[in-house]
Amino acid sequence: MKWGMVIDLQKCTGCGECVAACKLENNVAIVEPKESEMGRTMLWMDMLTVYEGEYPRLRVRQFPRPCMHCDHPPCTKVCPVRATYKNEEGIVAQIYPQCIGCRYCMAACPYTVKSFNWYKPEWAPGIRETVNPDVSVRQVGVVEKCTFCVHRLQKAKEQAKSEGRNLREGDFQTACAESCPAGAIVFGDLENTGHRVNSLSRSPRATRLLEDLGTEPKVIYLKEVD
Amino acid sequence: MEKAPAAPHPEYDLLRPIENPGKSFYYIVAVLLAIILYTGYVYIRQVYYGLGVTGMAQPVTWGFYIINFVFFIGISHAGTLISAILRLSKAEWRRPITRMAEVITAIVLAIGGLHPIIDLGRPDRMTHLFYNGRLQSPLLWDIVSITAYFTASTVYLYIPMIPDIAILRDRGVKPRWLYEFLSWSWQGTEQQHKVLDRAMNILMVVVIPIAVSVHTIISYIFAMTVQPGWHSTIFGPYFVVGAIFSGIAAILVLMIVFRKVFHLERYLKLIHFNYLSVLLLIMSLLWFYFTFSEYLTGFYGHEPNEMRVFMYKFSGAFAPYFWTMVTCNFLLPLILLSNRKTRTIPGILIASISVIIGMWLERLIIVVPSLANPRLPYPTGIYIPTHTEWMLFLGGVSVFILGYMMFARFFPVISVWEIQEGRHESAKTVTERISSYMPDPQPRYTGSMENE
Repeated sequence: MKWGMVIDLQKCTGCGECVAACKLENNVAIVEPKESEMGRTMLWMDMLTVYEGEYPRLRVRQFPRPCMHCDHPPCTKVCPVRATYKNEEGIVAQIYPQCIGCRYCMAACPYTVKSFNWYKPEWAPGIRETVNPDVSVRQVGVVEKCTFCVHRLQKAKEQAKSEGRNLREGDFQTACAESCPAGAIVFGDLENTGHRVNSLSRSPRATRLLEDLGTEPKVIYLKEVD
Repeated sequence: MEKAPAAPHPEYDLLRPIENPGKSFYYIVAVLLAIILYTGYVYIRQVYYGLGVTGMAQPVTWGFYIINFVFFIGISHAGTLISAILRLSKAEWRRPITRMAEVITAIVLAIGGLHPIIDLGRPDRMTHLFYNGRLQSPLLWDIVSITAYFTASTVYLYIPMIPDIAILRDRGVKPRWLYEFLSWSWQGTEQQHKVLDRAMNILMVVVIPIAVSVHTIISYIFAMTVQPGWHSTIFGPYFVVGAIFSGIAAILVLMIVFRKVFHLERYLKLIHFNYLSVLLLIMSLLWFYFTFSEYLTGFYGHEPNEMRVFMYKFSGAFAPYFWTMVTCNFLLPLILLSNRKTRTIPGILIASISVIIGMWLERLIIVVPSLANPRLPYPTGIYIPTHTEWMLFLGGVSVFILGYMMFARFFPVISVWEIQEGRHESAKTVTERISSYMPDPQPRYTGSMENE
């Protein structure tokens, strides 16, 4: 089992629904505008913008960026306390109570996907009710990141177990994949030929970010065709 | 047991600051303590609110603390390397400066070693390093090597001090219990001198590879990542050279200060400054060689991400710092120290201070630009340190000055017994040594070489 994600950039409209869904699903803290200006916006799923060409022939492309869940993650190699590690299903996980906040993993990540809790996360009174009880709220001073909504996997596994069957495709979806109005994000088991991600990952349009670094990301992008 | 020191000691100049510290000592201590107390408050505030009080942010997640960590540990190479290498090579002129250099090492290492802890988001979880520590992480190697270095260099500082502590004990200097305890009942017998010599010989050989390993490993913290500007094979030796470079500059500054304040002109002569400043000049050339090699390979490789960091340093936002660094570390020392007319005490002081500033800038230029230029299209980060970071830097420097002053208050900064030993014996041993490696005056045709 090797969980992975395919993001079809042909379908993606850059609407940002996945960014919002991720933020709500995972209780990612909302920082004050002043902090945000300093570069402390916390996003597990980010929308990156690429500018191609020069004005006036400028072309703007956008692509969603979750954690790449590398098969050879540079972040787990350097963690001094095993707070970040790759689990047996390929998910790069973070143990929040064990993280000492040295930010070495952030410095080592070539995709810059990890966020740090510079302050104690706080929710405005109205928003506090939306906090997802399935996901722990991270403390101040720890590094956090996209987990491929591992809490949903947990639930799906238990559900499947109680029904006495194996996990099926569609039992488990990440919040971003579920929310994408264009169906651009597909999630599943890359090793299972029955899953859509498996066939999509072998598409001629398939590409991965910074492939030359040898990190072997498990997030696969399908290129746009002009 | 109140007894005024008896007859003036032959090396009275060296003992005077201890027996009679004077008033200004206490004024400076008070000022430093005030700064340190305030720094403590700033740090507690950081622990309470989190690292948000600093200027670090995404993507520049490492700032002043890591820069100062590398910088302070670099300065620490003054002592052990200078003193161990000079002792090992039997350079007689080392005698008045070895201890000063070793004290720098011990104090700065303690301060530098604290910086990664200051940098932690969760300092309360420090113990995880012991029971969850992963030996595969370069950060763990670092803890191991710094601990070893600190242990070895403090022992190496203490052992040659024992005979001096015994002098103070015998002269009845207060606090007596301290000197009695630390002198380890040293009587100066032949047997004791033999043991002392042996211990020093072992330590100075052990300390050199440990010191080299410390800064190599600090460079590995960066070089083990795939980040542009960091992922470099030259980083290990580059950091070691930089460390020794800044270490020599630091000892020169301290020597000039002590010479002035304690009137040690009899001990710290122009020849010491001359020798050390030539060493500084050599290190400056070496530093330039390494910097040149590092950036030239990056430039010719022309890897796009590497080039972005390169241009950021050469002509981008970091260009003022980069070119100041080149001026401070290379141009200024080269001009001042290669000319006999400017290689005077003021000239050396300016060159040394400029090297210290330049080497701090080098750490800044290594840490920040690589982080500020992520590979993916993020907005380029700007790092502006806040009051908290400045205060902790100033606090670190204050702890160093206070530590050095406290040392000088209780112990002689120049080794008294080694000076005396040098006066009595070295002229003879040096003559013997020179004659032992000089060609014999007349060729001897004895037919056999067994005797030589």
